[in-house]
Amino acid sequence: MPQSEIPAPLEQTFSGLRALVTGGTSGLGLALVRTLAASGARVAFVARGRERVEHVAREIPGAHGIVGDVASKADIHPIALQAVGELGGLDILINNASDLGPTALALLGDTDCEDLERALATNLVGPFRLTKAVVGSLSASAREGRGAVVLNVSSDAAINAYPTWGAYSASKAGLHHLSRIWNEELASDGVRVLSVDPGDMDTPMHAQAVPDADPATLKRPEVAAHELLEQIAAALPKRSPAIVEAAPAMGDRA
Amino acid sequence: MIAADRPVQRPPTAKLLMVDNEGRFAHVPRDQFVDFLRPGDLVVANDAATLPASLHGVHVPSGDAVEVRLAGWPATAAGDVRHFDAVVFGAGDYHTRTEHRTLPPTLSIGDHLSLGPLSATVVGTLGHPRLVSLEFDGSVDEIWAGIARHGRPIQYAHIEEPLALWDVWTVVAGPPVAFEPPSAGFALSWATIERLHQRGVGFVTITLAAGISSTGDTELDRRLPLAEPYRIPEGTATAIAAAKLAGRRIVAIGTSVVRALEHAGGRDGFVRAGDGVATNRLDRRSHLAVVNSILTGTHEPGTSHHDLLAAFVTPETLARIDEELNAHEYLTHEFGDSLLIERISLAAERAETAETM
Repeated sequence: MPQSEIPAPLEQTFSGLRALVTGGTSGLGLALVRTLAASGARVAFVARGRERVEHVAREIPGAHGIVGDVASKADIHPIALQAVGELGGLDILINNASDLGPTALALLGDTDCEDLERALATNLVGPFRLTKAVVGSLSASAREGRGAVVLNVSSDAAINAYPTWGAYSASKAGLHHLSRIWNEELASDGVRVLSVDPGDMDTPMHAQAVPDADPATLKRPEVAAHELLEQIAAALPKRSPAIVEAAPAMGDRA
Repeated sequence: MIAADRPVQRPPTAKLLMVDNEGRFAHVPRDQFVDFLRPGDLVVANDAATLPASLHGVHVPSGDAVEVRLAGWPATAAGDVRHFDAVVFGAGDYHTRTEHRTLPPTLSIGDHLSLGPLSATVVGTLGHPRLVSLEFDGSVDEIWAGIARHGRPIQYAHIEEPLALWDVWTVVAGPPVAFEPPSAGFALSWATIERLHQRGVGFVTITLAAGISSTGDTELDRRLPLAEPYRIPEGTATAIAAAKLAGRRIVAIGTSVVRALEHAGGRDGFVRAGDGVATNRLDRRSHLAVVNSILTGTHEPGTSHHDLLAAFVTPETLARIDEELNAHEYLTHEFGDSLLIERISLAAERAETAETM
């Protein structure tokens, strides 16, 4: 989305905030990274492919690209270390990276166990691990009055039973409930955990799942990104326009 | 004392020696420490996450293997990932006790070190063959990625298995600026923090870039702790001021918190928000203007952490504590048991001093 289309309220909310987006080089994730950056946020993003990460980092000046796989246990702390180190803290985590399970979509009886395990690793266990690794940073932001939000990208498949979407649905249902419980548990620490269904979008992942869908009937990812950021904004404490700058990382002023 | 040799942050068997402000002892399971705090107390923890600060590689001019342990930030470059002070060992790894590690090849200004994906240059020698200032090449993001991928947590021979970052990050770990974990914070779980809230005990954090705790070299160890940059958030400073005004107690989780708060608080105990570099050494001669109690690991006599405890109690009580820990087989080092020490009351100090005169 060109910068001129960013409405003032988003800029007022996100300017100076520090955000990490997983799956940030395509579809909804890329739209989120672009919109956050255009709104004045400091953004780090994660994706598996080095080439795409470097390409997007070049395209969006100031965005920090991190190569990593959220499905891999060994990658989680290196991702958290780089994001928090590069941004000097963290106010927003968006767990967006998703795995469809089997492609083409398959009945559960035809789904390989490995495909289910991969969907769970990417869509449920990965967001759990990454949230755990950065919840110290998020709660510090909340204590400093800046607010802190984890947004987990959900799906209507987390609620409804659609045949052939079993692996994806089960993982998203797990993520949805994990979000709700964590939101309760972190309420007294000031960290909000949201689970939001962005709707059916014209993205590479949707094309993979439903190859013959008419793109004209699908939401543009830029529109969905905008809607998700409005939900995050609503969960953050109101800020006076005067205090939009993030505190510098320790030593930044040295 | 016996070394804790398993990297478990909260073993169910963890013990706590409680020392009250008259020097009386009680032994309790460590997860009960919240019960010894009073409504209105303010708990202050160090939320620094620990860097994977051990980097293996090669000293390019000699071709010799080295282990670089990032040990602190130069005072002028706090938090700048391009600049570190570092302790350098020759070939070998943490399985060899640090006091038996070989010296590195002679390190001179301008020497290059190749450390996995990272490359660094020696930009300063600091008066000891092991201690240098390093500057990393590349962009800030490339350096973070290199440290994240290639670095390992600094560890010592008492733990056999290699440590992972999740072993050394506390539950509140935030800014990755510490070189060794602020390990008193291992006692904290989210359930503990919830119990603090329920009990009416405040919980806030500071960030102190805890430096390396031991080099195995007597001369170098005498220079520890190195200068440690810290940050006091606005909300923390406000909460401390309110607690001090109301006569409520400040409970520090770990020696690093004591060092930061006492440095920031100066003589009047008024802790200002902002950044500083802690250069203070705390020992039996120190007057504590901010902190009333400390939850800490057990420390061996002769270390700077042990010296710091003498600011809370009389030398006689500290000696009794050491005996008590040994007699009850408390475990030591970063994954060991804990102490909760209330600063001695003036009346008790006078009485004890009178007794020993």
